[in-house]
Amino acid sequence: MPLKDTFLQRYDVAVIGAGVVGCAMARRFALEGARVVLLERGSDILAGASKANSAILHTGFDAPSGSLELECMQAGYREYLQIHTRFDLPLLRSGALVVAWSEEDEQRLPGILAQAHDNGVDDVSLIDRKRLRQLEPALAANARAAISVPGEHLIDPWSTPLAYLQQALAHDAKVLREAEVASGDFDGEWWRLSTARGTLMAREVINCAGLHGDRLEHRLLGRSSFTIHPRKGQFVVFDKAAARLIERIVLPVPSERTKGIVLTRTVYGNLLVGPTAEEQQERDHAALDQAVLQGLIAAAVERIPALAGVPVTAAYAGLRPATERKEYRIENYPDRHWISVGGIRSTGLTAALGIAQHVHRRYAERHRHSAVETPLWPKLPNLAEHRERDWQRPGYGEIVCHCELVTRREIDAAFASPLPPGDLGGLKRRTRVCMGRCQGFYCGARVAELSAGHFTRALAEPLVANRRGGSHGKDHADD
Amino acid sequence: MIESLLDYDVAIIGAGPAGLAAAIELKHQGVARVAVLERDAEAGGIPRHCGHPPFGMREYRRVLSGPAYARRNVERARAAGVELRLRHSVVALGEGGVIDAASPEGQVRIVAKRVLLATGARETPRSTRLISGDRPFGVINTGALQSYLYLERLKPFSRPLIVGSELVALSALLSCRRTGIKPVLMIEQAEKPLARWPLALFPRLCGVPFECSTRLESIEGRERVEAAWIRGSDEELRRIDCDGVLLTGRFVPESSLVRLSHLELDAGSGGPMIDQYGRCSDPAYFAAGNLLRPIETAGWSYREGRRIAALIARDLTDPLPRSHPGIRLQCLPPIRFCVPQRLVTPIGDGLAHLQLRTERPAKGILSVRGSAGVVWQRQVHLLPERRILIPLDRLRLAAGESGLTIELEENRERSR
Repeated sequence: MPLKDTFLQRYDVAVIGAGVVGCAMARRFALEGARVVLLERGSDILAGASKANSAILHTGFDAPSGSLELECMQAGYREYLQIHTRFDLPLLRSGALVVAWSEEDEQRLPGILAQAHDNGVDDVSLIDRKRLRQLEPALAANARAAISVPGEHLIDPWSTPLAYLQQALAHDAKVLREAEVASGDFDGEWWRLSTARGTLMAREVINCAGLHGDRLEHRLLGRSSFTIHPRKGQFVVFDKAAARLIERIVLPVPSERTKGIVLTRTVYGNLLVGPTAEEQQERDHAALDQAVLQGLIAAAVERIPALAGVPVTAAYAGLRPATERKEYRIENYPDRHWISVGGIRSTGLTAALGIAQHVHRRYAERHRHSAVETPLWPKLPNLAEHRERDWQRPGYGEIVCHCELVTRREIDAAFASPLPPGDLGGLKRRTRVCMGRCQGFYCGARVAELSAGHFTRALAEPLVANRRGGSHGKDHADD
Repeated sequence: MIESLLDYDVAIIGAGPAGLAAAIELKHQGVARVAVLERDAEAGGIPRHCGHPPFGMREYRRVLSGPAYARRNVERARAAGVELRLRHSVVALGEGGVIDAASPEGQVRIVAKRVLLATGARETPRSTRLISGDRPFGVINTGALQSYLYLERLKPFSRPLIVGSELVALSALLSCRRTGIKPVLMIEQAEKPLARWPLALFPRLCGVPFECSTRLESIEGRERVEAAWIRGSDEELRRIDCDGVLLTGRFVPESSLVRLSHLELDAGSGGPMIDQYGRCSDPAYFAAGNLLRPIETAGWSYREGRRIAALIARDLTDPLPRSHPGIRLQCLPPIRFCVPQRLVTPIGDGLAHLQLRTERPAKGILSVRGSAGVVWQRQVHLLPERRILIPLDRLRLAAGESGLTIELEENRERSR
C-alpha cells in the first residue's frame, strides 16, 4: 500500500448507491458490525430508480417460482413486518385484487392461483363477479372476476429506506452525498475509491448503483456482468377525493402483450395509476409524455368510472433498472472483494431487506464482524393518512403546505434530522411539502424561504429592489 | 383529538375579498357571532401578493395596490367586530354546519348556524395540465411567483417563458417588470389574446414578444428549467432558451374541501352547486366569491360576498324559501357553466343574475329553455374571458318548472 494511503479513511464496506437497496444494505452491514460508508452521486438519497414506484409491499405471489427475486421479496416482506413498528413506519393492510377485465384475463386466473400456491402464498382465493362487486363497488361493470391477495400491503416508499439508513447512521455508518465514484483500484485486499468528495479505502464494495450499476462495474472491474436497459414508468396521481373509491390494490392480469397498469391507494391518501413500461437509452432522464398520461387517465377511468372529472394532483415518471434478464443480477466476485446487485426493478422496495440479507451471507463467507447486540431504532415522522399526522397535535407552529397539511414543525424536524434533505426533492420525500394538488401555488415560495441555506443549490435568489420600477417594497413599507 | 369546541352564528372559511366582505356585512346586519377562519398567518387573501394596482375602486373609491386593498378589507372587518381566526385550516365540512379545523393550538370543532365557503380559486399547475418533458424546478404559477416576490422577496427565475394571456398574465408581466425579471416570450394557445383590448397590447408595451396560436409542447432541464419547446401556427417545433416557465391562468375553484364533503359539486364550474341565494345542497352552507367559478375580480368577489352575507343574515331570522325541490339548470356546450346551478321559486331577491362562461369564442342566440319553451333569449357574442349575465327577473318561468336548459344556437359561420 502506498504510504499516502495510510491516512485515508478506512471502511469494511463501501456501498455505492443510496437507493432503497443501498440504504437497506448499509443498515444490514452496520447491524452486522461492519464499518460502512454509503456513497451517493446525487444531492440526496433515493434520487434514482427509488424515487418513483407504486409503494406496494409484495407477497411475491406472482414472482417466478424458485427465483432469487422471490426469495429476496419474501425475506424482505417478513423482515418488514417484523421491524416496521419499531421505526414507526406505516403499514396499510389493503390487500390486492388481480382483476380480470376480459375472458382472456379470466382464463389466466387459475394459473395465477396455482403460481401463488407454488410460491407459498396460501391465502389467495378466486373471487367471482358478484363478490368482486361487493368488495369494490366502484370498479367498472366489466370486471369479471379476480384473485384476492390479502397479503399485499401499502407502505411509505420514501420514509422506509430513510429509516433503514438512519439506523445504519445510528450504528456509525457514514453517508456521503454528491460523492460519485470516479475510479477505484484494488490491491488484493483493499479498494481505493476516488469520489467527488475525496478518496477512501474499503475492504469490500457492494455495487447498488441501480441505473448505473453496469457502468460502475465497467469503470472499476473492467467488465460488466449485466447491461442496464432503463425502463420508464409514468404515473398519474389523482386527488385525495379519489382514494375513497377503492379499498384494495387493483392489479392487472399480466399477458404476453401487455403488463397492464396498477390502480392503488397510497398511504398518503391519494389514488395512483401506473406505471407504463417504456424502454429507453437515457439513464438519468425520465420525461413525461402528455399523450401517455392521457392514456393512463383514460385507462383509469375505464376501470373506475367515478374517476371521470376527478382532478389530477401530480404526474411523474421514473426509470427501473431492468437488464437483459428478468431475474435479479446479484454477482459475487470473491477475489475482487466485490458484490454487484443489479436489475432490481419495482419489486426492490419489498425485496431490499431480503437482498441485504442475501448479500451479507455472501460477504460473511470471507469477512466476519461481531454483530450489534442492541440495535437502536430511530423513529420516523409519520406521513401516512390513516395514522395521526403532525398537524393533529398542537404546537406545530404553522401549516406550510395546505394541500398535504405539512407543518413548520415537520420541516424543521427534517432539516434537524441525522440526514437532512439535500435538495427540494429530498424535502418533498421527507415531508410531502409541495406534493399536493396545488403543486406549490400556495407554499412554493414559503418553502424556498424556509429551505434557504439548507440545500447545496438555493431554490431562488434574494430579490434586489429594482430602482426604476421598484415600488414592490413600498407596498410593504406603508404598513 | 379535538381540543376545543366553538360556536358561532356564522363561520366563514377564507379571509379573501369575498369572505371579509361577507363578515363585515353580517356584522352590519347585526349578526352577533361571526368568525372568519383563515389558514394563512395573515388575512387578506390573494390580493396580498398582487403588488400592483388597480384594486378597490368601487369599495374604497380610490386606486389601491393589492396588498393595500387587502389591508383595508382586514381593517374594516376588525373594526366591524369580526373575529379573525388566523392559522385555522379547515379539514372537514360536516352536515348541518359542523366543521373541523386544525390550528397550532390544537384541533377545533366549530358549530355554526350557517357556514359561508369562500376559499377562492387557484391556477392550474403543471401536473394537471399534463405538460410533457422534464420536471425541473422553476415551473410555477403566477400565484406562486407573486408570493415569491412580494411575500418572501425571492426571485425564482430571471428569464421565464410566460404561458397564457388571461388578465392574470398581465399581472404576472407587471410583477416581472417591477422586479427586474425579463420574460423571453409570452405565448397563447388561442388565436387571440384572452385579455380584452387594450390590455392585450400590454406585453408588447413591456417589450415582451407575444405569440398567439402557440402552445407549450414540453419542458427541458435537469435541475432547473433550461428550455421550453413550443409549437406555433406554422407547426414548427422551436426551442426557447429560458430559465423558468410561468403558467398563468386557467383558474380552478379551490374546492377540495367540498369535494371531500357531502356537498354537491358542479363539474362545469368546479365549485359547489348553489341556488340563487348562494346556498349549497346542505342549506347550512353557503358559498361566495371565486370558489363559485373561475374567475372574477376581487371587486366582484367582494360584492358577491356582501350580497350573499345579507341573504344569510336574513335566513337566520326569517328563513329563505326551501331549497328542494329546485329548478335544475343544465348547460349545453359551448356553455361551460352557469352559476347558480339551481333556482328556487319564487325567484325573489337573491343573486340578480345567472353567470355564464363559454369554453370558446362563439356568436349566436343564447336561450334559456323550460318545459314550455323559451323563457329568455338574446343575440350574444361570447368570449371565454367575458362573463355573460342573464337577469333572473327576466326569466318567465312556468309554474311547476323543474328544469331549465341553457343553450347557444350558433350563427352559421363560426365567429372569430
